[in-house]
Amino acid sequence: MTDLHLTTDRATQVEMAAIDAAIDACGLDAVVVNEGERLVRGGIHRANERRHGLLPALHALHNVSGWISHGGVNYIAERLGVPPAEGFGVASFYEMFRMEDPGHINDVVHVCVDAACQIAGADGVIVNLQAQGSTVHRSPCLGQCERAPATFTQGNQGRPDFVEADAVAVEGRIIPQQGQPQLRLLRRMGETNPESLDDYVAYGGFKALAEAFRLGAEGVLAELETAALKGRGGAAFPTAVKWRGVLGAGGDQKWVVVNADESEPGTFKDRHIMELDPFAIVEAATIAGFVTGARKGFIYIRGEYPLATRRLQNAIDSARAAGFLGERIAGSSLGFELEIRRGAGAYICGEETALFESLEGFRGEPRQKPPFPTTHGLFKQPTVINNPETLINALQILEHGGAAYSQIGTSGSTGTRLFCLSGHVQVPGLYEAPHGVTLGEIIELAGGAVGNLRTVLLGGAAGSFVGVDMLDLPLTFEDSRARGASLGSGVVKLFNDTTNFPAVVARIAEFFRNESCGQCVPCRIGVVRQHELVIKSAGRSMNGEREILHDIDLAMKDASICGLGHTAATAVLSAIDLGLIGA
Amino acid sequence: MTVLEPRSTETLVSLTIDGRPVTVAAGQTVLDACSAAGVDTPTLCYAENLTPVNACRVCVVEHEGSRTLIPSCSRKAEEGMEIKTNSERVRHSRKMVLEFLGSGVDMSQATQLHSWMEEYGADPSRYGPDAERINEPVKIQDDLYIRDYDKCVLCYKCVEACGDDAQLTFAIAVSGRGFGARISTEYDVTLPDSACVYCGNCVGVCPTGAIQFKTEFDLRQAEQWKPEEQTITQTICSYCGVGCNLEMHVQDNTIVKVTSPSDHSVTHGHLCIKGRFGWTYVQPTINRK
Repeated sequence: MTDLHLTTDRATQVEMAAIDAAIDACGLDAVVVNEGERLVRGGIHRANERRHGLLPALHALHNVSGWISHGGVNYIAERLGVPPAEGFGVASFYEMFRMEDPGHINDVVHVCVDAACQIAGADGVIVNLQAQGSTVHRSPCLGQCERAPATFTQGNQGRPDFVEADAVAVEGRIIPQQGQPQLRLLRRMGETNPESLDDYVAYGGFKALAEAFRLGAEGVLAELETAALKGRGGAAFPTAVKWRGVLGAGGDQKWVVVNADESEPGTFKDRHIMELDPFAIVEAATIAGFVTGARKGFIYIRGEYPLATRRLQNAIDSARAAGFLGERIAGSSLGFELEIRRGAGAYICGEETALFESLEGFRGEPRQKPPFPTTHGLFKQPTVINNPETLINALQILEHGGAAYSQIGTSGSTGTRLFCLSGHVQVPGLYEAPHGVTLGEIIELAGGAVGNLRTVLLGGAAGSFVGVDMLDLPLTFEDSRARGASLGSGVVKLFNDTTNFPAVVARIAEFFRNESCGQCVPCRIGVVRQHELVIKSAGRSMNGEREILHDIDLAMKDASICGLGHTAATAVLSAIDLGLIGA
Repeated sequence: MTVLEPRSTETLVSLTIDGRPVTVAAGQTVLDACSAAGVDTPTLCYAENLTPVNACRVCVVEHEGSRTLIPSCSRKAEEGMEIKTNSERVRHSRKMVLEFLGSGVDMSQATQLHSWMEEYGADPSRYGPDAERINEPVKIQDDLYIRDYDKCVLCYKCVEACGDDAQLTFAIAVSGRGFGARISTEYDVTLPDSACVYCGNCVGVCPTGAIQFKTEFDLRQAEQWKPEEQTITQTICSYCGVGCNLEMHVQDNTIVKVTSPSDHSVTHGHLCIKGRFGWTYVQPTINRK
């Protein structure tokens, strides 16, 4: 028992059992309050170390009750020592958690309303589902743009979450380029059974780990440096610098975090990796732990990815059973463990420091940097955090050598890159090509545009619209930067001239309005004003609005805490410049 | 936290503020350095008795070499920093922060902000009459203090004072997200049903009148709130032996609110329910319903 003040609401037996199971699965026992001690005096610090059980407990509660019941929060508060006001504050941060009793026990069907699904008829899907009596939630991008319009069903009364499209057997190729000999990052996709460790090993799996053991930490870092690998999440930070920073950081507790909270609208590459090549992430995370000295890792997967979660959990369990995780990995002296945590619907939690806050059981509000994650990451300890695409590039580098890897692509952008093609394109899906392929070439690889191409949203909602004059743009970090664009997370979303651009751009503005965490003033209010101005000027030429939008952009870029605010106006302003709106 | 003259044993950090060299002790912030240079910096979520949350962004300054502006309240001063406090970029962001707040929040009682808005040329009206505002009704749930979240700038000060930084009660937290984020008890229960212990430290730190003494609220409603006529009498709280300094704010020979100096070594500005609200025995019949 704790000394927390609780309302009289009590959890049901079912809620308590679900919450207990989730907290037990995190390896957490009862909160300890010593005799004569108040939880909130001294005890709260120990309780804070246990708060990483909060998000799993909230998921468990929501799954059995269909909402975040007051009795459930009170019970979690007692189990974890989290003040109920804070538990409530954390739960209410997330899109997937209903805070009011819905009065029914339906599953909730999340229907994506972001650009690719918007132009593929998401509104019609919503009308049909509602006509059938389904409970529908309008959702931001679900990471399934290649099969728009997308849905995700959140289970109630203990029923599991699922994606209807996952249950449909795919005829023919799983990915458009399946089996092509030049593939590197995608070579196993569709060719191996993603639930079979034997298949993974037969197709070259765990060779990179053996090579890492042979090279030693410094040797691996030297290869990464030679390879000049840069992060694929959007910031393009050199991976070797990050890993070396964690290796050199003080403290005996370090962490590996796989940032699989893929939420940038238009992005589905990490979902593909997790669903179709999950062992690669386990192997690469283990290598990151070996190099940096971290002995434990978390994979933070966005909550709307149930299949990816299952496949990765299977990969972790199989790898552990075969001695590729746990103590004395593959006969070495290395010990490394991985645990999965699910997000609960918050774009901002893809920002690395917000992800740490979320994982630790706090609201997913980004931290001011510096200090950086290499020294103050998860639990304020040295942390290496990478997304799946970046991590599996490390496998390529170890298998083929940094020098060979650096020959692919351009000198400023080495290696191959994953591109997520969607929208008005003939064969939407995930494509791999060397950096330096032009925008036009990658579109041709996907069979060309459907209809008369008007613009491409490059890099995601945080990226920008580019015109057809940019089809000759080599897709590299340096060329995109030089021409005022960004590769972001590899989004290539096509729009032809039949598109209702005022609606598409208004939806992007609404996306940022919904996804701002609310912590800092420039972003919290700036994204609201931006959305209002875009709606107000829809379908007519802009007058004073353009100047105000630029003023908002500058303040959000200069004064916001994190990248969400810094990029929240980029797509809108590019749409105006291209004459998609306000012309 | 008072800005101390660096002692000889402390490591010193030298930087420039608007071109003027300043030396502060290691660990002091850029805001401390600005003060040392005699530069006034607007702050909203910063308080000397609370951990900086750098959320309001009105104190941002330009740091040579940084891509973005930096919050002066939380950023530690570093050797060789070149800080600009009055550049076009700084003035623009400060203006926009004030303008945004003015466009969405009731700032009528945040008198200090009015002068900054004038100084930086903030014009909240340019977003038009339809710009969304917070629009929250006043919560009057007891006789001690009210919460008027229409005036809330989400500076986190009350949450910090209720939690880690002072009272360790954790009765309130931020809930919701984005523009819909609000300070709330669990399930929005009333204060008497929450963990609130009525220390009133949230009232003490609120910069905009969003959390307000009931006495002050009633007088304002009656248009009888006259701060210019008030006197402040310092005394020591008589309830226990801790020795908290109290400042009794008196209007028309009536106590209207109680504060404590944030630089006082005993209280750091924070009190308990007795010091904050336990003065009615002095004038038992006044202002009570």
